[in-house]
Amino acid sequence: MKEYRVAYDLILDEIPYGARVLDLGCGDGQLLKLLQTTKKVKGFGVEISPEGVSQCVEKGLYCYQGDIDEGLNDYKDNSFDYVIVNQTLQSTKKPEVVIRESLRISLNAIFSFPNFAHYSLRLYSSFYGRMPKNKLLPYEWYETPNIHLLTIKDFRDFCNAFGYPIKKEMHFSTIRCHSVKLPAMPNLFAEYGFFILDGGPFTSDTI
Amino acid sequence: MKAEIIPENSAGIVTTNYYTFAEPPDELLLVSGKKLGPITLAYETYGTLNSDKSNAILILHALSGSAHAAGYHAKKDMYPGWWDNYVGPGKTFDTSHYFIICSNVIGGCSGSTGPSSINPETGKEYGLDFPIVTIQDMVNAQYHLIKFFGIQKLLSVVGGSMGGMQALQWSISYPDMVQSVVAIATAASLSAQGIAFNEVGRQAIMLDPNWNYGDYYNNENPKNGLSLARMIGHITYLSEKLMHEKFGRRLQHSDIFKFHMDLEFEVESYLHHKGNDFVQRFDANSYLYITKAIDYFDLKNDFNGDLANAFVNVNSNYLVISFSSDWLYPTSQSREIVRALRMNSKNVIFTEIQSDKGHDTFLLPHEQLEHNIANFLKREFEKVHRK
Repeated sequence: MKEYRVAYDLILDEIPYGARVLDLGCGDGQLLKLLQTTKKVKGFGVEISPEGVSQCVEKGLYCYQGDIDEGLNDYKDNSFDYVIVNQTLQSTKKPEVVIRESLRISLNAIFSFPNFAHYSLRLYSSFYGRMPKNKLLPYEWYETPNIHLLTIKDFRDFCNAFGYPIKKEMHFSTIRCHSVKLPAMPNLFAEYGFFILDGGPFTSDTI
Repeated sequence: MKAEIIPENSAGIVTTNYYTFAEPPDELLLVSGKKLGPITLAYETYGTLNSDKSNAILILHALSGSAHAAGYHAKKDMYPGWWDNYVGPGKTFDTSHYFIICSNVIGGCSGSTGPSSINPETGKEYGLDFPIVTIQDMVNAQYHLIKFFGIQKLLSVVGGSMGGMQALQWSISYPDMVQSVVAIATAASLSAQGIAFNEVGRQAIMLDPNWNYGDYYNNENPKNGLSLARMIGHITYLSEKLMHEKFGRRLQHSDIFKFHMDLEFEVESYLHHKGNDFVQRFDANSYLYITKAIDYFDLKNDFNGDLANAFVNVNSNYLVISFSSDWLYPTSQSREIVRALRMNSKNVIFTEIQSDKGHDTFLLPHEQLEHNIANFLKREFEKVHRK
């Protein structure tokens, strides 16, 4: 990989050869392209910016310009092997709907997001008394796209409350262009949460 | 500006060709149940068909278009073909790589069989005896042209507006002949508002006393009616913002109102100019028939009221594009097509392009539109050759 992007290495390891993949918030399509070249996946993307869509077209990817909060209901139950929601869940308007729909349309759903309980963010707000701003959350409060910040514990609680089975957790921090898994006290020490949920049991009738 | 110096990236001097088929007793069976034949289709080609015939792109025009998409017919021509901005060497539809075919439609008046053609049964122009043709009929006629070229599979079928309707229909009627579709500013069916505007245009023609129930070919043409129809149509192709920027409330010859009924505002004279230009090159009956074909087009209706059914058996990859300021074929209608494709897990790209220029954006130079189409075609070509 020429350029490190958050969680790409973990996702590439996870996705099996030839899978049908939907990347929600696919940006310029780099992850899908990587998955296509290394894993021969059949990939699709959803991206809100027309520039992102144009870059996907340039890469030969199929991409839909739209909000990921809308339009997922176009897809039939379990149309995908994997839905990927990488670093975008916290900026969706209705995360609950995105998660529910992801589980309906896919057998597996990957959610990775910045962990708002990471010690660096806890220290920042308690010492400075301001909204934290660092490599995890690089925006000023007034321009951040992150409107639904969450922690690893929050996501786990959510899954328990809604009865969504967690298949795998691989919370991690990025160290020298690698994702390093942190199994011990992840809610304090992992920069990013990484969950794989089982979407198999969920269809329009059961969700 | 005349084309005495033809630009380097022009398709150059081109000629319209004609292909005739469906000679009786093998007439084309139309959707209405009537038969039409013989049929002549006008077409132009640009570029060279490669040895395995895998680089052919079919371009389909909108309501008032013709087979003349690019280049010039003669050095003295004032204007090049209708999509010259996009078709030529090094352009979006790069004629140094692709073989481009632009086909006229049946019902038209630019060299193809239509109401102004001679009816072999009577020896006179068809007029209103010409059968109603649909978008599906237009496509079925073009199928014969593509077969004539010996092309098994088109790399892409492309069109804007009514051309987009034909492109969608192509992928549904002939799923194994279409590798990809570029559907621009189009719809699976025209809105009630669109039908309303078409009907006003048709009434303008039919209320012209010269129209004479379509029998006017040996007399004065209903040019006032046709011109008015074009003026109405033209308003729907532009956005409010574009009209404001182009004309505002400016007056033509003075800064003060003259308080009379003659043309005063610039926008008025622009519309008259558009109307007058149009009657020089278009047949009023063709306008009636083609707008009717657009109104009848309804993929949902064709497939038991469910648009998703229309795309169950398609084998093409789609690029669907809408324009933010297009109110005649709004983005919501493109999304409807895309939704139906996604429900069938088909390969589709959708993008809404920001533009102030309304429905007609696709005819004007637009960098993002050009890049998206060019990149899509390039990748589709690669996909064909990787197989």
